[in-house]
This record gives sequence, structure tokens and C-alpha cells, in this order.
Amino acid sequence: MDATLTLVVDGRPTTLTVDTRTTVLDALREHLDATSPKKGCDHGQCGSCTVLCNGRRVLACLSLAVAHDGDEITTAEGLAPEGERHAVQVAFLEADAYQCGYCTPGQICSAVGMLDEAAAGHPSAVSGDVAAPPTLDRTEIAERMSGNLCRCAAYVNIVTAIERVHAGETAR
Amino acid sequence: MTLTPDAMGRALPRIEGGQKVAGTARYAFEHPVVGPLYLHPVQSTIARGRVTAIDTSTAEALDGVVAVLTHENAPRLADTSDAEFAVLQDDTVAFRGQYVAAVLAERSETAREAAELVEVTYDQQDHHVELDEDSPDLYAPDVVNPSFETDETVGDPEAALESAPVTVRQTYTTAMTHNNPMEPHTTVATWDAEDGRLTLFESTQGVSAVRTAVAGVLGLETGSVDVISPHVGGGFGSKGTPHANTVLAALAARAVPGRPVKYALTRQQMFDLVGYRTPTIQHVTLGAEADGRLTAIVHDVVEQTARFKEFAEQTAVYSRSMYATQNRRTSHRLVPLDVGVPSWMRAPGEAPGSFAAEVAMDELAVATGIDPVELRIRNEPAVSPASGLPFSSRHLVDCLRRGADRFAWRLRDPRPRARLVDGWWIGTGVAASSYPTNSMPGSSAVIRFHVDPSLDPALGAAGRYEVEIAAADIGTGARTVLTQIAADALGVRPETVHVAIGDTALPPATTAGGSSGTASWGATIADAADRFRDKWGDDPSDGAQADGSMPDNPYSGRYAMSAYGAHFAEVAVHADTGEVRVPRMLGVFAAGRILNPDTARSQLLGGMTMGLSMALHEESVLDPRSGHVINHDLANYHVTAHADVGVMEAEWIDEEDPYVNPMGCKGIGEIGIVGAAAAIANAAHHATGVRMRSVPMTLDDFVV
Ligand code: FES
Ligand code: FES
Repeated sequence: MDATLTLVVDGRPTTLTVDTRTTVLDALREHLDATSPKKGCDHGQCGSCTVLCNGRRVLACLSLAVAHDGDEITTAEGLAPEGERHAVQVAFLEADAYQCGYCTPGQICSAVGMLDEAAAGHPSAVSGDVAAPPTLDRTEIAERMSGNLCRCAAYVNIVTAIERVHAGETAR
Repeated sequence: MTLTPDAMGRALPRIEGGQKVAGTARYAFEHPVVGPLYLHPVQSTIARGRVTAIDTSTAEALDGVVAVLTHENAPRLADTSDAEFAVLQDDTVAFRGQYVAAVLAERSETAREAAELVEVTYDQQDHHVELDEDSPDLYAPDVVNPSFETDETVGDPEAALESAPVTVRQTYTTAMTHNNPMEPHTTVATWDAEDGRLTLFESTQGVSAVRTAVAGVLGLETGSVDVISPHVGGGFGSKGTPHANTVLAALAARAVPGRPVKYALTRQQMFDLVGYRTPTIQHVTLGAEADGRLTAIVHDVVEQTARFKEFAEQTAVYSRSMYATQNRRTSHRLVPLDVGVPSWMRAPGEAPGSFAAEVAMDELAVATGIDPVELRIRNEPAVSPASGLPFSSRHLVDCLRRGADRFAWRLRDPRPRARLVDGWWIGTGVAASSYPTNSMPGSSAVIRFHVDPSLDPALGAAGRYEVEIAAADIGTGARTVLTQIAADALGVRPETVHVAIGDTALPPATTAGGSSGTASWGATIADAADRFRDKWGDDPSDGAQADGSMPDNPYSGRYAMSAYGAHFAEVAVHADTGEVRVPRMLGVFAAGRILNPDTARSQLLGGMTMGLSMALHEESVLDPRSGHVINHDLANYHVTAHADVGVMEAEWIDEEDPYVNPMGCKGIGEIGIVGAAAAIANAAHHATGVRMRSVPMTLDDFVV
């Protein structure tokens, strides 16, 4: 069975007809040639497919396209409109926070979403006082990023990159 | 020839970095193709037997299914001498998860649905999938990977052990583990029947090797197969050689000329078909004088292979060259099982072998009362224990000393189970590390010059140098580091050099494996640059060109060449729950010239983290009844995640080695994992007094 729906991908509304079993991830990658989100497991276990859906981080492989009619999807590519890189992307480059690059777009979208969650006061499993505004130290960042696996294990540098972005944002 | 470093040694940012952070670097599945078909396989549900019937009618009736291939209708292969590649050629089932059919459909969803509708009937036979060292099938392979002697005896180890004042005799085991690069193994195959050409977008550590293998299996001219692989989402050995999946996609493409066939393995299939590290059982006996000097090393290994194809991991080879002793025995025995064939996984041999050897050394340190850093220093050999050759360079002792210093080792209370802090037992441990410095013959390169008037005059060149070599960048930074090497070999700025890799349209290159890529491709590029400068001087004209090939190293066979390192780890074990954490890890390495400190540090940290993963997390659990890995996904097969990593640092000592290659570099892709798990196990013993002889170690190991 097919369904017709509209996704706003990186700011561009696109109407497409897909099998109702099609995930957001496959809609992006196979129907819209938006291959920035990656498929690492297709089961919500690795984070490679992380995109921002209406500003919040979601796993595109666990989301059915038909359930997202009209939603705004931002991929890592969309975080850099006309080559103007997002602060998180710049920090990843500077910290060498990637190796093969396959988990990277997902890590970056996840980091952007995570920084917003922290700024909004969401606690994590390692937050001491869940009512207090979280302090994003390395332990907090690592905990909040643990849904994004990196088999090359760029973890140390990823946390450093996010730490720097957060410090920059806090300084501003 | 030795290159003068200028670009080499600098932290040049990764050339493809901008594409990677935007996600616009295209991996194998992502190259635009017109009118693709999606492949989904049917896998055997038995571990041994025959397919007696396949009913494909329901699957074929599904709207959008184009073909269902089985052994009854699949195109015949020209060469099935490698049993792993003999896909859909007959009715035998050699392991659980083997391909028995494949669906091609217009949509991926349809292909998957149809694959479930294929009905396969089997004649099931008894299988054996459990590694048992008492198996009557135990045998000695002719050689171990890639071509080491299976067994080796030096002196009289039994007599030496008999008279040794101190002995350590223990058995160590390591788990079956799977490489699991984040990008699944992928092929997009298109058969052009008119021109007789096969094009593969492939996720591989070596396009040239894939071309040769696939051409041979399909009976095509090598030149009729194009393999394109500009970006690769990791491999860690599993993409070092093609596996059945590539043959299946190519075979399927031939059945549907003109239609690209897209096949990426599911994560579950990654546990069935593309290799893994064998579990190992390792018996290690050390004999020593009271002062810790080794009088004998015995390292006997039992591991598994597939019954249908042999792979023999060189696990005991580590013990042949690490420490000085007059008497030594190392051996390897295999148990053939009805399982998928094991293969390369980051530091095959060295990674599991060093676990046993370096934990045994820690046990000897405890038995003799000698500090474990000092014990290793006392057993430092003057020449290679394996070959008797002098070392091209060996700075293990410097690594140990530097690391001990950085880790404040002298303040360590040697008593185990002596520090309880906030309910956590805390300890520290050390292990040594080494990995051979390999170079592979067979690469070639072209350098071409193009005048470019738009070039910034400050760059000091009139144009650009195109360097072509079919090398691979699987996340190592090869594209960047080869640019640095080419720049120094040509005596120009890296900004004026463009290196093209990952395509069989380029001059052939060896595979990224055995930490040999940079050394082999770099020496090849240096040779081409040498010829280029001989021919054209430093002011080449437009279109100037020269070829080069991998030169012989005049020093090979005259020096023993390896990189060395020392791992230090701090471990905390929760006194009540047994939870194990690793708050701190430090690796100090001596690996020749470090060509790019940023990418090198990343690779070393990556290896160390995979060592942490080996120590605490990774274990493929094979169900003896069914023969399949039951925890075959990333929720159940644990790999180290962000929150598992504490403070982790990698550093190196400046090492000059004029013998290894023109760059003076040693491979660094694998040494980070070697010894890391042992350092953690040793720290866990120091923390708790519980000796860890098996990895992964989990909380139940500590709650007694
Ligand atoms: S691909 Fe979505 S979480 Fe792995
Ligand atoms: S950079 Fe390779 S998986 Fe993260």
C-alpha cells in the first residue's frame, strides 16, 4: 500500500509517494537522495540515522514516513546551508572528532539536539539534581551522546568538540 | 631513499572533512543509480545439511518482485575453488545463515517481504559449532595467517620449566567477536551485458583485491570489472577481503542486465557472513629466575575455523618476538566447525595473543614480587627473539618509562585489593604492545602535473600535481597522509597536491590491512615522485607525468621491524555490584615518524577504545543448538559507547627509523588495540585481587 505525504527536508518541502512501510530514513536516502543520515542498524540501536524532526533529535530508522507528513526534517547537510557550517560541525573538524565519517552526521545532529535539550533543562541519568539546570561536563555529554555509537571510536574527540561548542555558547 | 619531512608530521586537517561533517561524502549505497533493484537474501536456518526443496512461487507472485535466485537457477560461477565465494551453486549448507536464495525487487520493502515468503526445505544433519579443545577433529594448519609457521620450538622449554625457580601456568580465553564497522558491507552492482562490464560501488579496504577476486569468480577479464569506493565507513579487517555478499550482488546483477542491484547487509547479517575473530583458548606457561628473567615461554593456542574454509589466526606469534628467552614453544591448533569462516579483525593474532601473554607477565610480576613495568624492562631482548635480526628500532622501554612517569606509577601500592574509594575498588595495570611494521608489494602510482594559473603564487608552484593510486581511506586519514607524503616527495606544498584513491580506474594498490597502507602506498608515491623529479626537475611543464611502483626495501630481511607501545589503565570495580569502569587509559607508542599527529592520535585512541571494548563488552554468543549468534545486533552485542570512555590519552615518543620505508613510519592502525585489554585485566586484578583470564570480563566475574 502506498501513501502520499510531504516532508520538509532541510527547508525544502517535497511531496512523495512511498510504501507505507517506508521509514523516514529510507524516504530520505532512497527517495529523496538525501543521504546525509546513515543506516547503521535500521533498528534504533546505533544513532547513525539521527536527524532533527521539528528541532528534536529522532532516529529516522524508527520513524515511519507516513507518520511524519508535514514535518520538518533537518539533516547534517541542512545544518550547513550554502556551506555555512554549524558550530558543531566546525568543532568536529577542529577536534578531528570523526574517522570514517559514517556515524558523523548522526553524531552532529544528535549533539545539536542534545545541546538544546540541556539548555531547556532536561536532566540525564547522570545528573545529580534533576531539578537544577544541568552542567554539561564531559560525563554529562558522554551520557547524553551514548545513543550514538562510533565504531572508529572518536568518542574522546567528539566529547571535546561538543564541550567546546557548549563553552562557546555559554560564553556568548 | 629517505624523505625530508615538511608536510609530514603536521596536523593537516582531513581533506574530506567538510564532506564528512555535512554527510555529503558518498558511501557505497549512496551513489545515485537509475532504476535500481533491491536485493534481500534468504539465509539457511540450519547449520549443516542440504536444501531439498525451495518453493519460490509465493514470493515470485508478489507485486514488484523481479527475480528469486536459488542454487537451481542462479548463473554459474567460473571459479568456486574458494568455497566462501561459491554462492548459490549447489544444495549444501555449511553454516547457519548461509545464502540459500535471494530476492530482487523494485522496492526494498518488497524484497524483504518476499524473502520471508520463500519456503526452504532441508535435510538437516548433525552439526558441531562449539569450540572444544578436546575435539577429535583438532588439527595443525599448514601455516597461520598470513604465512607464519604454525609451531615453533627454540631450545628446550620443558626442561627449562622443570628447573625454573618460578613458573606461571594458566589458561586464558578470548571471546568470539565481530568487526561491526558502522557502515554495513555494501555492494551496488550493475552488469552491462553489451560491453561485458561489471561496475561495483563497494564498501572495501581494497578495490584492486575486489576487482581481481570478483573477476576470477565470475570468469571475467580483470579489466572488465570496475570497483569504486571513495569513502568507506570503517572495516577493521572485515572489508579487507571480499566476502560472499559481494559475489551474491554481482551474481544477481548478471541475472538482470542493466539494472543496478543494491545490497547492504542488515546489521544481523553482519554477524553471519563477513568474518569475525575466532574465540581462543590459550595455554601459557612462563618460567623465570627469581629475579624475573624469563627462562621459558610456552604459548599453545586452540581456536576455530570453518569446516568449509580455513582461517588460522596467528595468536601465539606475539610471544615469539616480545621477550627474551632461551627456550620457547608456540603452537596453533584448529577445530573445524560448522560455522561461518573467521577472518581478519583488527590486529588478528596480536590482539588475542597479547591478552594472554601480557596477563601472564602480570601474574609473573606478582609471583616474583617484581614491579610489572620493571619485569618487562628486565626481559627486553637485544635482538629479535623470533628472527635473531637486530631491530630497525625498538623503544618499548622508553614507552614503559614514559607511561609510568605520566601515570605516577612509582606511587602505586603493589598490593592488590588495597584501595576502596566510595564503594569502588581501584587499581592500575600495565601491559606492553607491539605490532609488526608491514609493507605489501604490488602497488603502483601515477603523478601528473597541470599548470594552473589561478593558483596562489604564495604556494610556490605553477600548477597542481595529481597523484593517482587505488588506495583506501577507511577512516585512517590515508587520503590526507598520502597528500602529505606526496608533497614532501615532490618538494611542494600539500595545497598543490590532489590525491585520488578508491577506484580501479586508478593504478592498482594493495589493501588497507596489516597496518601496511601508509607504508606501502607512501613508498609507491615516493617512488613515482622520484621518477617525476628525475624526468622533469622541479619546474615541470603542463602534462608532465611519471609512474612509480612499490620499491623493494633493501633492509627487509636485515632488520626486524615492529612498532611498540605501553598501555596503562585504571580500573574501578564496584564492591557490591561488580560493575567495572575504566576511568583512565594511557597509551604511549613508538611507531616511527608520526605523519599526522591528529589522525594518528585518533587512530590510536580508536584502537585503545576497541581494546576497552574487547576487555569489557564484546562477545558474540553462539547458540550450540542452532549455530547462530543469538545477540546479533547492536543492542545485544555491546560495543563501547560514549559513556564507557573515561579519560583516554594516546601519545608517542619521537622515533627515527631509517630502515622501514622512505617516510620512516610504522603502521599505527592496529597497535592501539594490542595489549589494551590485558592492561585493563591487570588493573582489575590490582583493584580486586580477582585474576581475569577471560575476556570480556563482566560484573558477575567479580561478585564471588
Ligand atoms: S540506523 Fe537508526 S539507529 Fe541505527
Ligand atoms: S567515525 Fe567511523 S563510526 Fe564514527
